[in-house]
Amino acid sequence: MDAIILQILNGLDKGSAYALIALGLTLIFGTLGVVNFAHGALFMIGAFCAVTLSRLLSLSHEVAVPGEVDFLGNPAMRDQPYAYDIFGEAWGAHIIDWAVPLSILFAIPVMILIGVIMERGLIKHFYKRPHADQILVTFGLAIVLQEIIKYYYGANPIPTPAPEAFTGSFDFGALIGFEANTIIYPYWRLVYFAFAAIVIGAVFAFLQFTTFGMVVRAGMADRETVGLLGINIDKRFTIMFGLAAAVAGLAGVMYTPINSPNYHMGMDFLVLSFVVVVVGGMGSLPGAVLAGFLLGILESFASMREVINIIPGINQVIIYLVAIVILLTRPRGLMGRKGVMED
Amino acid sequence: MGILDVKDVNKRFGGLQALGNVNLSVAENGCHAIIGPNGAGKSTLLNCLVGKLIPDTGSVMFDGQSVLGRTPFEINQMGISRVFQTPEIFGDLTVMENMLIPCFARRDGSFALHGIRSVVSEGELRSQAEQMLEEVNMLDKRHMHSSSMSRGDKRRLEMAMCLVQNPKLLLLDEPTAGMARADTNNTIELLKEIKETRNITIAIIEHDMHVVFSLADRITVLAQGTPLVEDSPENIKGHPKVKEAYLGEAA
Amino acid sequence: MFGLDKKDASLLLVVAALVVFAPFFLNPFPEASGWAQFNAGYPDLMQRFVIFGIFAIGFNILFGLTGYLSFGHAAFLGVGSYAAVWMFKLLSMNVIPAIILAVIAAGVFALIIGYVSLRRSGIYFSILTLAFAQMSFALAYSVLTPITGGETGLQLALDDPRILGGLSSSDGNIPVPGLFGLEMRDSSKLVLGGWVFTFNFGYYFSALIMLLSFYLSIRIFRSPFGMMLRAVKSNQQRLNYTGVNPRPYTLAAFVISGMYAGLAGGLMASMDPLAGAERMFWTASGEVVLMTILGGVGTLIGPVLGAGMIKYMENIISKINSDILHTWFAFLPDGLEDAVVAMIYPFIGKGWHLTLGIVFMLVVIFLPGGLVEGGQRLAGLFRRKKTDESKTATTEPAE
Repeated sequence: MDAIILQILNGLDKGSAYALIALGLTLIFGTLGVVNFAHGALFMIGAFCAVTLSRLLSLSHEVAVPGEVDFLGNPAMRDQPYAYDIFGEAWGAHIIDWAVPLSILFAIPVMILIGVIMERGLIKHFYKRPHADQILVTFGLAIVLQEIIKYYYGANPIPTPAPEAFTGSFDFGALIGFEANTIIYPYWRLVYFAFAAIVIGAVFAFLQFTTFGMVVRAGMADRETVGLLGINIDKRFTIMFGLAAAVAGLAGVMYTPINSPNYHMGMDFLVLSFVVVVVGGMGSLPGAVLAGFLLGILESFASMREVINIIPGINQVIIYLVAIVILLTRPRGLMGRKGVMED
Repeated sequence: MGILDVKDVNKRFGGLQALGNVNLSVAENGCHAIIGPNGAGKSTLLNCLVGKLIPDTGSVMFDGQSVLGRTPFEINQMGISRVFQTPEIFGDLTVMENMLIPCFARRDGSFALHGIRSVVSEGELRSQAEQMLEEVNMLDKRHMHSSSMSRGDKRRLEMAMCLVQNPKLLLLDEPTAGMARADTNNTIELLKEIKETRNITIAIIEHDMHVVFSLADRITVLAQGTPLVEDSPENIKGHPKVKEAYLGEAA
Repeated sequence: MFGLDKKDASLLLVVAALVVFAPFFLNPFPEASGWAQFNAGYPDLMQRFVIFGIFAIGFNILFGLTGYLSFGHAAFLGVGSYAAVWMFKLLSMNVIPAIILAVIAAGVFALIIGYVSLRRSGIYFSILTLAFAQMSFALAYSVLTPITGGETGLQLALDDPRILGGLSSSDGNIPVPGLFGLEMRDSSKLVLGGWVFTFNFGYYFSALIMLLSFYLSIRIFRSPFGMMLRAVKSNQQRLNYTGVNPRPYTLAAFVISGMYAGLAGGLMASMDPLAGAERMFWTASGEVVLMTILGGVGTLIGPVLGAGMIKYMENIISKINSDILHTWFAFLPDGLEDAVVAMIYPFIGKGWHLTLGIVFMLVVIFLPGGLVEGGQRLAGLFRRKKTDESKTATTEPAE
């Protein structure tokens, strides 16, 4: 039992990332009808927003250490982050420590801006072209984006730690009445899951309870009719694209402490996120979320030693296998609407 | 017994009874029109005949064989060709290539792997195709890209593609929908000519009564998924039930 | 000629001439000059030109004719490579059986994957092929290590139980692949003045096979089968109602293009007898898509051009470094020189992929027909200019 709970927990963080990326992919596909191969790159850019902010915050200058001299007799120098000058030493240290969560504030406007530019500048011109062309141009864009990041940040993963308060693990098992030390779980993964849940909840609430969201949902169901009602769908869809970009970006920001970001992390997640979207049902938002978590957890179960001993390598292929079976037996996915892209 | 026999066909979509106990018999070498107001189930019926839909109950026999459970290409190979409401042609191909594909389908069946031989060397099929194009007055357009043609030309090409297969039954789904009067008249003339010169049965779904009464020798009126009357054109014209079905819809 | 019409035959002859004389015109710089590093006429690279040409020609038969965009074609290339290396290990160092097995293995593999994937079309087909290829990659990388060599890849060893031919060469090393006594790595050099031209047996062998593949693809394009494939792309509904079953046609196209990929993989292993899982990674599948699109999808010559172009640019651009840039722009005033170099620098050397991505995007956006369409447009412009100049009263014919 404790092993099962542990695996479920282990699947949650990856599942959260899948769900967030798949949610954005589905939003874009459902509203704009575009298959966005550059969505993984947005996730990656989000992660590098966190890297950028934590670098910015740690920018420092040399100051003399009062009362100390080095071996030449000059005043001893040490690096002092500008943040200390601005916020004072105690607060400055806190802010640097909390760089990753703070990056959320930084990433939201950046990602929305990138998303809107992408949609207005490129995707817009591809609405009427075949899906194959959309795949190709966004694939090209993904290459360009990741190469730009590689140029500025290098090819190596950049460790970006979580705030000190959330490093380390805690005994989750003891909390829910199991023996001590059976279910040890890192704090940050729990934070990531909670964060993902909040973002997903916010997106759904936004779509459910605002007029804007209602129009978007109506547009997803029947674009033409809503257009005929004299509602400017395109403008709203542009904003939707920005929103989807922001969701992917936030998923990337908060993922940095779990996996040090590198320039090709987006592509790695993208392939799997597509599979998630297909399993969940093209165009179904709840389906994307559900499938994201399900596949994340499934992957985690498949990597248990007991399972691998029976079927070697299953952890590597389980997600693809599920996708293939789903596509062949139920092409509209778990929660897809009938008739949507079912061919 | 006609060449096409529809017996007790029912089809439901969820709560909607699209077809209810449809019985229909199309006589060989005749021209049978199916008319009815919008939503009467004409297209559903047509789709049941060509394998796109499978009826819930009932049977559809063509030339002594059941068509139910067969795919559209199998049914076509049995001898039913269909003309669509909006012309369905191979837009990326030239007119001649459009014509050759049904020729190949007729000679080679549903699949044949002629991967090496050149299309140019298929002299016999090419002359068949050219002859057919001549018949519909399109021979001069044979090198054109079919997507660049007018709608009327596309319709004629589609008709020619169906006819070159020498089908036993030609199904026409509103062949003059959205056409100008002159084009409509041309189509009527073309169909009349086909009827007279070929050994062919025609079943036609049509809104335009002018077309129906110029061509059909038998008419079935469909309303709310059920055949109302089936009779000769003369008798249909003044039939009270038919008036009611159409006027009822209008009122 | 060869059952081709005049236009196709001359196209084939042009390609043949290009391939035969490639060692000359790819080496335009004298050996001693500073530009010699930009010569592309060395065996390794020329082999890659033609082998990726085969890969792209095959991919084009599927994507160009039927419009089915496979994102997993590298899997077949990988299977072909593995099959060929196994043939070297177990049977003989002769490349013929190795290549035959590579083609067959890839064909069987393509039959299985195609049978499943082709039950869906459009984006679903792309994702299915992608999933299959990633699965093959993951399996080859981990579980199937006994067959694939896992992370290190599959290599020849001195203790291979080869049935025909020696277990080791006369000097005690692992023997190299060859064809009835001629080794693939055999080269002869021709020194003409300052120039050195290399003629490599492996290259000419691959080139011959590439020409045969190209010829076969022309025949397929011009055949009733090819026409049916274009009809699949154009209107499947009409095809269905014309009595044709589209699925066996697309499956045949899928298997044929998979066999082309296997052929390319087998040749790759014949030139350098090792095979690794990374050949199956989905970016490798993406590369062949790039080649085909860049050259001109659905055209005969496009994929060959695209493959050559990408491999050539990759070789040239990734060799440029900032020192070379500085010498190129040395004529500019210092500050300007630095600025220009700084502007170009991200796109060269290791940044070659950035250039590729940008070029690819530009092609998809503005030139969906690739280089071939670009060439046609240029020719069209030129022709129009000419007619404007002559200002003849005769109207142009409709076609």
